[in-house]
Amino acid sequence: MIDVIDLKKTYGKLDVLKGITTSIKPGEKIAIIGPSGSGKSTFLRCLNRMEDPTSGLIIFNGQGIIDRKADIDAHRRQMGMVFQHFNLFNNKTVLENIMLAPVYLALRDLRRLKWRNRLTRLRNLFRGEKLPLHPIGTSKAQIKAEARETALRLLKRIGLEDKAHVYPSTLSGGQKQRIAIVRALAMNPKVMLFDEPTSALDPEMVGEVLDLIRQLADEGMTMVIVTHEMGFAREVATRVLFMDGGHIVEDDAPERIFTNPRHPRTQEFLSKVL
Amino acid sequence: MGNFDKKLERFREIFIEHDGYVKVLTGLQNTIYIAVAGLAIGILIGTLIAIIRVSPKNNGLAKMLDGLCVFYVGLFRGTPIVVQLLVAYYVMLPLIGVNLPALQVCVIVFGLNSAAYVSEIMRGGILSVDPGQMEAGRALGLNYRVTMMKIVVPQAVKNIVPTLGNEFISLIKETSVVSFVGAADLYVAFNYIGSNSYEFMVPYLVMALIYIALVAVAALIIRQLERSLRKSDRRH
Repeated sequence: MIDVIDLKKTYGKLDVLKGITTSIKPGEKIAIIGPSGSGKSTFLRCLNRMEDPTSGLIIFNGQGIIDRKADIDAHRRQMGMVFQHFNLFNNKTVLENIMLAPVYLALRDLRRLKWRNRLTRLRNLFRGEKLPLHPIGTSKAQIKAEARETALRLLKRIGLEDKAHVYPSTLSGGQKQRIAIVRALAMNPKVMLFDEPTSALDPEMVGEVLDLIRQLADEGMTMVIVTHEMGFAREVATRVLFMDGGHIVEDDAPERIFTNPRHPRTQEFLSKVL
Repeated sequence: MGNFDKKLERFREIFIEHDGYVKVLTGLQNTIYIAVAGLAIGILIGTLIAIIRVSPKNNGLAKMLDGLCVFYVGLFRGTPIVVQLLVAYYVMLPLIGVNLPALQVCVIVFGLNSAAYVSEIMRGGILSVDPGQMEAGRALGLNYRVTMMKIVVPQAVKNIVPTLGNEFISLIKETSVVSFVGAADLYVAFNYIGSNSYEFMVPYLVMALIYIALVAVAALIIRQLERSLRKSDRRH
């Protein structure tokens, strides 16, 4: 699903990623662990080009996304991203947060289709043989209603349907993060990228967020998680990448990494955090 | 102060019996018109400039536009508004051969002038919005422009309403120089009353009071606006 080939990223003189090569297959749940400054967040953020890599290739669904000409917005719609600091839109209610992107994009597509039809009709005026119009199977109201329904269903799933019309500033960290997750889900992404989703949470709220991520994993969502929650990584991941100094030092099944790490750096790191 | 009553009487006479109040109302209308329309133009152009200035400068065109905006802001902040009015009315208009009423020229000049200040206010406002907001929008597949207009700018505007209010109040007061190009504002009206009654004490006093009242009303409107924009804040 995602192939990464010799990915490098430098900030000035600092080499953050020194050549990452790996491949993410559909259905995999990949946990990226490692000390801070090892480049794990940078690597994750390169996957949907929140950071522009310095060199290397990222192939998503058979298309290179590093290329300047690539429609990065179209790719990002298929890659949900969850941030450490939630980043809910502060000027929108919870429901608006979830509905904004799907509604905007669907309305834009509808508008484009309508313009194309208008153009075709205009051209048809001067043609004997009429060109066919694009069928339009939806309307503005229908798009909004459907998005609303989806959003409410997602909110119900996380038990926050009563918060639909409040602003994010009134929510707890755990609630914000769960809403951020369903906001990403509302786009029907093919893969979810989690950038330390529980690092900014109070300890008692970590559980509710991890539970939701675990549910998604059980449903078969492909996901990449940068995390410091070793227990969670071990339990949920199908593969663990240990990163250090801009390299993937070890790439293995969770049982192997956590019980029998081969590389001395991995052993040292795990002995400190476990 | 013994003859203050007499002065008041002179003022009343010109103000009411010689249609002074018509001039004052026209002047008031023009003052408000120039300030409000000027601010509207200022916000429009200022936001545009601010967005150009905070956008990533990753190609030649973006760099050129940015340079142009810096030059524009420097130009309008670097000269007094009176000079700008005079140059616009007596230099630019004849040069390009257009004939515009003084009032329209004032609106345009005040708008362009205000745009320079608003752009800096707005730029600060945009930079004060958490970069995570932009990232979240982009990560959902919205493009830079849409995220800017739907997410970042509304939050920036909310943050800068008090400062923008300040700009509006300055604008109201600065309009008192438009008589330099012959537009009829409050000053022109009260000067007319003073000249006709040979007595300037009361007219200028009343003028000052009207400006104070105007600014007080503006401050009230700004406070209401601030309050209604605070909806999404915890500070209800």
